[in-house]
Amino acid sequence: MQFSSFFRFNTLSALLFAAVFSISFTGSTPVLAASEPAAAGEEAEFNPGEVILHHIADAHDWHLFDLTNEDGTLHPVSIPLPIILLTNGNLDVFMSSAFDHGHAEVVKGERTYKLDHGHIVETSGASVLDFSITKNAASMMLSIVILLLIFTAAGRSSTKNKGGAPTGIARFMEPLVLFVRDEIAIPNIGEKHYKRFMPYLLTVFFFIWINNLLGLVPAGANFTGNIAVTLTLAAFTMIITNVSGTKTYWSHIFTPHVPKWLYPIMIPVELIGVISKPFALTIRLFANITAGHIIILSLVSLIFIFKTVLIAPVSVAFVLFMSVLELLVAALQAYVFTLLSALFIGLALEEPHHEHETKHSH
Amino acid sequence: MDLIKPEIGLIFWTGVSFLLLMVLLRKFAWKPILGAVEARDEKINEALNAAEQARKEISNLAAENEKLLAEARNEKDRIIADAKKTREHMISDAKNIADSEAKRMIETARLSIENEKNAALTEVKNLVANLSIEVAEKILRKRFENPSEQQAFVQKHLEDVKLN
Repeated sequence: MQFSSFFRFNTLSALLFAAVFSISFTGSTPVLAASEPAAAGEEAEFNPGEVILHHIADAHDWHLFDLTNEDGTLHPVSIPLPIILLTNGNLDVFMSSAFDHGHAEVVKGERTYKLDHGHIVETSGASVLDFSITKNAASMMLSIVILLLIFTAAGRSSTKNKGGAPTGIARFMEPLVLFVRDEIAIPNIGEKHYKRFMPYLLTVFFFIWINNLLGLVPAGANFTGNIAVTLTLAAFTMIITNVSGTKTYWSHIFTPHVPKWLYPIMIPVELIGVISKPFALTIRLFANITAGHIIILSLVSLIFIFKTVLIAPVSVAFVLFMSVLELLVAALQAYVFTLLSALFIGLALEEPHHEHETKHSH
Repeated sequence: MDLIKPEIGLIFWTGVSFLLLMVLLRKFAWKPILGAVEARDEKINEALNAAEQARKEISNLAAENEKLLAEARNEKDRIIADAKKTREHMISDAKNIADSEAKRMIETARLSIENEKNAALTEVKNLVANLSIEVAEKILRKRFENPSEQQAFVQKHLEDVKLN
């Protein structure tokens, strides 16, 4: 029942995602067109694909809005963020404002950096490891502050009222925590082992949820719609799953219940299964959140594509509808990620069944 | 920045921050919250058990009361039965004593009546004998007032003797 519903979500999002994605590739004008000065007397062609991709991508500064200069050019207003670069063993740290929105180059010792389509490159071609606190990283840190504020308050309140009825913020947070425990952890992992995995499952659930919500705030970052983020979270699930895997779990992979001559096929298939589970987690969260953002941005773009304010009420109505839907998706995807993580952990913890020995085989 | 190419910087920061967040929340949030929930569950269970215990005790008490009541009822029945028996005993005893006493008195009365009757009869007999003797004397006196007659009579009796 719940599986079919989120797969439907997935399909819908993936279709829309693919549709908008193809638009972005057919566009030929360079990225960051908005920050390029428009040619005098000629209005810049609006390219929704580019604008949307720019909005859902990570950035080195936190773009808020654009001001129009006296000469008619656009001047972006952003919050500068720290740039941390590791080039040939040299650590270079400066603020993103030094790039002046991509117009300036930054010289550090013998190294000269410039922004190329949002990427930082070294002009001489040296490889740059970019550990900058990007817009997404900054947004994540904000989410961590919010999470710590909410949940340490709840924790303090719980400690004070140990054994009594919850009060204050704990009264609101406790049902959510219990939801993760009773609806996600215990059914999938089982009463015996679930306690070990509660900190991870709770943290990942609230981390994804709060970041999904922060992504819906105007000018917010598309943190959970970034593949690096979902990949990292899925990697945690994969590590936990495989580290806690029992003998039964590994024997299913390396000595599956099939004739021996099928092993050359079955073992690679089982190993792919080990990878494909976190891969599915990665793509699901990334695609769902990114697709939601793309839909909302596309609906707003309609106003600029049709160049009429008459379409605005329609767009606003649809954006409102989509935003409310995204509120649901924000919680739903946090739930799905946590649920599947718990499910994978539960599968890795399975005890040997007697029926496996006789007839049943995976 | 490419949409589907993971950036090493963000992976690094996400990984580090997430681990840090998990450690902090584990210590300051999840443990206290889940601990409080477990403590409450325990408390609720204890309260439920105590309630169950109290319920049992009350039902035990009720059963005991019932038993005591039943005992009391039996005791009462037994006492009443005893009393009834005693009463019957007393009545029958009294009746027996009265019967025998009455018989005895009747017997005494009968005996004294018999004695009186015999005495009276004896007296009547004596009186009748005396009277008869007196009457016979008087009659004889009258009959034998003149000596001739006396002579005749003796004569007659002598004749009879001769005949014999």
